[in-house]
Amino acid sequence: MYETVSKERKEYLKKKKFRRISILVCQIAALVLLGVLWEVLANLGVIDSFIMSQPSRIAKTFLNLSANRLHWHLWVTCYETLTGFFLGVTGGTLLAVLLWWSEYLSKVLEPFLVVLNSLPKIALGPVIIIWVGAGTQAIIVMALAISTIVTVLEMLNGFLATDPDSVKMAETFGANRAQVFAKIILPSNLHTLFNSMKINIGLSLVGVIAGEFLVSKAGLGYLIVYGGQVFQLDLVMTSVLILAVMASLLYKGVLLLEKFAFRLVSHAGSGSF
Amino acid sequence: MNKTGSPMLLLQKVSQKYQAENGEVTALENISFQVDEGEFISLVGPSGCGKSTLLSIIAGLLPPTHGEVFIEGEPVRGVSPKIGYMLQRDQLLEWRTIYRNVLFGLELRHQLTEENIQYTNRLLETYGLWEFKDKYPSQLSGGMRQRAALIRTLAVRPQLLLLDEAFSALDYQTRLAVTDDVYRILKQERKTAVMVTHDIPESISMSDRIVVLAARPGRIKEIHPITFRLDERTPFLCREQPEFSQYFNTIWKELDVHV
Repeated sequence: MYETVSKERKEYLKKKKFRRISILVCQIAALVLLGVLWEVLANLGVIDSFIMSQPSRIAKTFLNLSANRLHWHLWVTCYETLTGFFLGVTGGTLLAVLLWWSEYLSKVLEPFLVVLNSLPKIALGPVIIIWVGAGTQAIIVMALAISTIVTVLEMLNGFLATDPDSVKMAETFGANRAQVFAKIILPSNLHTLFNSMKINIGLSLVGVIAGEFLVSKAGLGYLIVYGGQVFQLDLVMTSVLILAVMASLLYKGVLLLEKFAFRLVSHAGSGSF
Repeated sequence: MNKTGSPMLLLQKVSQKYQAENGEVTALENISFQVDEGEFISLVGPSGCGKSTLLSIIAGLLPPTHGEVFIEGEPVRGVSPKIGYMLQRDQLLEWRTIYRNVLFGLELRHQLTEENIQYTNRLLETYGLWEFKDKYPSQLSGGMRQRAALIRTLAVRPQLLLLDEAFSALDYQTRLAVTDDVYRILKQERKTAVMVTHDIPESISMSDRIVVLAARPGRIKEIHPITFRLDERTPFLCREQPEFSQYFNTIWKELDVHV
């Protein structure tokens, strides 16, 4: 379409663009400023770089790590997190389906779920290690312990909050419970699913790092604990930064998956929903 | 009466009690009436008279504590395939196209046969939704959405249509247009209908008979036959007739509304 854009509209768009760019510039500037300040203060001896580390030393450590076994540590943490994430999301959703299906079961389990939800799952660490063995499996179970219950509660709430009139509409056509679930409840809760995935990916990472603190031979959590034990704050800081980047990338991954899924649902039209 | 000799719908002494923690509530008491084929019946009454509960009982969504409901002589056990139900909001599924929405009932009943699909296509064509069939519900106006919901209901070929405040979510102007629209379609497709509404003018303009219910417990107060001296009746024309305000006054007084 070739519409003539009014002067006011151009002005508005320009303002909007300027605002967006200025925010981005401020964000980058804040980061750079912090880095420079940190570096300068450390060089001047105002802060002790042995305890606080400093950007140049972090960069050096990073290069050193990259040449060594960084990819291995990254892979281990990533693998554990994703495994915990997928098992947590599928397991949590399946449990939520079960509880939606049987209101009775859901009432029976309610107090247990509440207690499990408020219990700090890290307290289960020693039990988990003894039960499943000290290794990757313990770390994944830890991630699961932290993320599953939240997924169950989130999904169940979503299922139960589905518009009862939508369900009634399906029932007036004689829909059975499985049909109601597959054709009304599940597609109505695609947003809930992705919201709980967004929470779940973060919690899985918490579980994995906590697990790696307790028992591990590799992974970012291992590097952090190891760095702390040998008093190498450079290693700790570097690992934390890498972890931050990894966490946001994982989150971004879920966002992308969400976008893709919604496009698929609204464009396919021939899907099974 | 239809070919089977039984009325389209027959209610025999239907009562409904709810058990609550603080006691028993009688929602409906001893409701009996019958609806013949092709008739349009409205249930009006104050809020709390159980008119929506009654509709759920007729639909088979809720078994009554006492009494029986018969559709064409058959007792209702569970949702009867002979009924079509329309809710207050259209309940079109946003993730489905209009076409897949109108086929939804047939899909749930595993009746997506060539013949049924042809019938649905014809409904879409006749009622002006064919060129919108690949659109999503959010791309349609409120009136068109309601029409799509009606076609979804008609696609499973119900003998008896149950309208549960089906127009009350629409704004006033759309509502007048949609009631005309739906009335015309129902007459054209020769459907029997039972409508629950709290809108007296709406019930007068559409019904052959109006069942006035009283509240606490819900019971039948009076049944009014509604007739207009019109050759071709439409809800809109009915509203202009002199009898209209007489009916309104009678029913208004009977409902005995206190604020």
